[in-house]
Amino acid sequence: MPTFQLQINGESHTIEADKDTPLLWVLRDQIDLVGTKYGCGIGQCGACTVHIDGVATRSCQLQVSQLQDVEITTIEGLSEDGNHPIQKAWLEHDVPQCGYCQSGQIMTAAALLKNNPNPMDKDIDSAMDGNLCRCGTYIRIKQAIKTAAKL
Amino acid sequence: MTKIKTQYNRRSFIKVSAAAGGGMLIGFSWLTGCISDPKAEAIAVPNEWFDINGYIKIGDTGLVTIYSPNPEIGQNVKTSMPMIVAEELDVDWKNVVVEQAPLNTGFYQNQFAGGSLSIRLSWNALRIAGATARRMLMEAAAKEWGVPVLDLNATQGIIKEKNGERTITYGEIASKAVGIEIPEEVELKEIKDFKLIGTSVKNVDAKKIVTGKPLFGLDFKREGMQLAMIQHPPAFGMKVKDFNAEEIKRMSGVKDAFIIDTSIKNPSWSDEKGFLQLIAIVGDSTWQLMKAKRAIKANWEVVSELENSEMHLKNLEDAIASGNVEESRKDGNPDAAFEKAAKVIERTYSSPFLAHNTMEPMNFFANVTDTSAELIGPTQTPEALEGSVSKLLDMPIENITVNMTRMGGGFGRRLYVHFGVEAAAISKKIGAPVKLIYTREDDMTQGTYRPAYQSRYKAGLDENNNLIAFSVKGSGLPEGSVFPNRFPAGTVDNYLAEKMRTKTNVTTGAWRAPRSHFTAGAEQSFLDEVAELAGKDPIDFRLELFDRAINNPVGDKHEYEAERYAGVLKLVKEKSNWGETKPGIYRGVAAYFCHSSYVAEVVDMVLENGQPKVKKVWCAVDCGIVVNRDAAKNMVQGGVIDGIGHAMYSQLTFNNGAVNENNFDRYQLMRHSQAPEGIEVFFVENEIAPTGLGEPGLPPAVGALANALYQATGQRLTKQPFMKNMDIEKVKG
Repeated sequence: MPTFQLQINGESHTIEADKDTPLLWVLRDQIDLVGTKYGCGIGQCGACTVHIDGVATRSCQLQVSQLQDVEITTIEGLSEDGNHPIQKAWLEHDVPQCGYCQSGQIMTAAALLKNNPNPMDKDIDSAMDGNLCRCGTYIRIKQAIKTAAKL
Repeated sequence: MTKIKTQYNRRSFIKVSAAAGGGMLIGFSWLTGCISDPKAEAIAVPNEWFDINGYIKIGDTGLVTIYSPNPEIGQNVKTSMPMIVAEELDVDWKNVVVEQAPLNTGFYQNQFAGGSLSIRLSWNALRIAGATARRMLMEAAAKEWGVPVLDLNATQGIIKEKNGERTITYGEIASKAVGIEIPEEVELKEIKDFKLIGTSVKNVDAKKIVTGKPLFGLDFKREGMQLAMIQHPPAFGMKVKDFNAEEIKRMSGVKDAFIIDTSIKNPSWSDEKGFLQLIAIVGDSTWQLMKAKRAIKANWEVVSELENSEMHLKNLEDAIASGNVEESRKDGNPDAAFEKAAKVIERTYSSPFLAHNTMEPMNFFANVTDTSAELIGPTQTPEALEGSVSKLLDMPIENITVNMTRMGGGFGRRLYVHFGVEAAAISKKIGAPVKLIYTREDDMTQGTYRPAYQSRYKAGLDENNNLIAFSVKGSGLPEGSVFPNRFPAGTVDNYLAEKMRTKTNVTTGAWRAPRSHFTAGAEQSFLDEVAELAGKDPIDFRLELFDRAINNPVGDKHEYEAERYAGVLKLVKEKSNWGETKPGIYRGVAAYFCHSSYVAEVVDMVLENGQPKVKKVWCAVDCGIVVNRDAAKNMVQGGVIDGIGHAMYSQLTFNNGAVNENNFDRYQLMRHSQAPEGIEVFFVENEIAPTGLGEPGLPPAVGALANALYQATGQRLTKQPFMKNMDIEKVKG
């Protein structure tokens, strides 16, 4: 089985895996970073969102062989202790219901704010539209993003 | 104060605390994974813990652990149930940590998440648990000081002498309270004295959720654990005959491949009725299992008819026409009344099968040995799972343990236990611990769907536009969606309600607010049209009917309290400024009663680029006492989005027994840009013991949506999903 060198949350990991293995399953099965969630496997729900060099990306659609020389950030590496403005705002608005989709929502929202520190409603909609929430926490997510923009 | 008999003994307490250990999450002890954030900053971590009763354990530093008995599916009971215990215990919430209790039928009652019943059924038990512990702590202090317990009071974790200087904390006296006799009766607080209940307490798992800690079944891992996937038949009506097992077993990462049979004797409602024989593949890499799954070449035999959506519609119509009534109610003489009515209106409503689509697909961990079975994972019905696994393995219940993880959604899907049973069957076959994982496609095509429904409504008005006759005939695949004794029963002299059933081999189950979600949409949009025909305001029209049910009800009984029903309509009327018109805003209203709660909603709709969009929703809720205010609002908001999203966009269709929509590229769920900008939630303030909240917010949203859509588009939509059945070319504005 081929070996791959990955940079995840500032640490280097050597991984043995089939070259077509999606990053999602490398994270979950091999590195025990299970904050990145499996929802659909076809890039439609956003639960598996991570940052690749700061860009919000669906980890179920990235093969491990394409990820040499990039910096991967997962929800576990977003902040030291859950103190990213997005995470703080999520707690303030008590956003989660079941909570399963929220790490993906947070990763997408964090990338949005990095590029656009003061997003309008339509910017939030277009950035977040790929992240499904079956519990329907959309309104609180939008409010929390606006709060985080002020933090 | 209210005196109340205590209901439990000490016998089973030990089992509760002992069973809460076992197992491990990655990098964390399993126990830590289940505990809410330790409040180490507020109070020191105890050196010793004392079990006061099965709900409460107090540390020597005063830190209190409260066990939350019921499964957490996102309805937030892991926060609100301990709040009720903490209220009566009278302890500062910042000194409380919460743990998920394991299944323990010997101690806890009603350990399930369904029917919006968690808080409703456990209200007294939780209060008693807190009050009993408080009393025992006070008695221990009284004994220590040699004073009568009546001379003491206890508040916020501190016991004080009423006429003296001495104080002692719960933490300091906890060791002595352990030996105190459990009081036969305890005093409960007056509702008006509540300090915690009715406030807004943050989700106890929130910090773990936003930092991606392992909480869910799919995150569970244990040393030596295998992974497994299943393949069920591609269509309802098919069964597996054989498959290329040898070829699959040779694939990279596959350790075993075989067929399991999960049939059990005397299956209950929560057991699988469709796909009982499944191909199972075992390995240690999810991705390699997924690839192996794709390489399966199986022979499937057809064992019953392969159904399609056209056939389903026809069967629903035929069932209504059949006259094979399962349940009914009749008041007066509806036929004669329709005959003499000045105006008669009749409409037929329908909705498709829907999937639950919890964001976390079905999964479960099982470790079956010759003498024991351990199950860990997301289940709404741990007791039912325990029973089914006991039957499958022919093993005594006592040898089986079930631990619940936080669930990535439930919506009724995890009331059904097949995935836990399948995990047990696979673990038994391979003789090792295993975690079964469904792919999204497995999950969406497995069945256990929200049934498809059809209902035909008819109303007759006299020459003064009074409602003199009403009938509803409804069928479903399989069960019809008619509640004969609900509104408008009791408000119309001549009334008929008939429920019919029809067959399908598509498996169905409870889906958030079962039947109520469809009935509320159909009935409430029909009444909107009747009100229009009568030339009356839709809220005034409904209030007139409730007046009748209050002053001079028709028939023997109806299931609702008309005053409370009218109450939420009046509240939503006031809060939404109903009657006020704003250019470009189109409004619809609906009210519904289910799960013992009353909810009225107003939907404000706009047209954006010729497309209807919900802008704002106003909700008035009567669920009795509100335990956790902001979380309760979150729950209602979620219900509204759930109701609107599914009625607008979602459907499952069938072709030759197979589902056409098998993932989120084809199955449409509401997304961010389609969600309302705001959902305002107002509660009726009263002192009625809490009733359901997980479901009641959903049903009226469907009716209010349909009525707002009519105002916005001029189209009365009777067929869900509305967006697929709307003539978008003809939308005005």
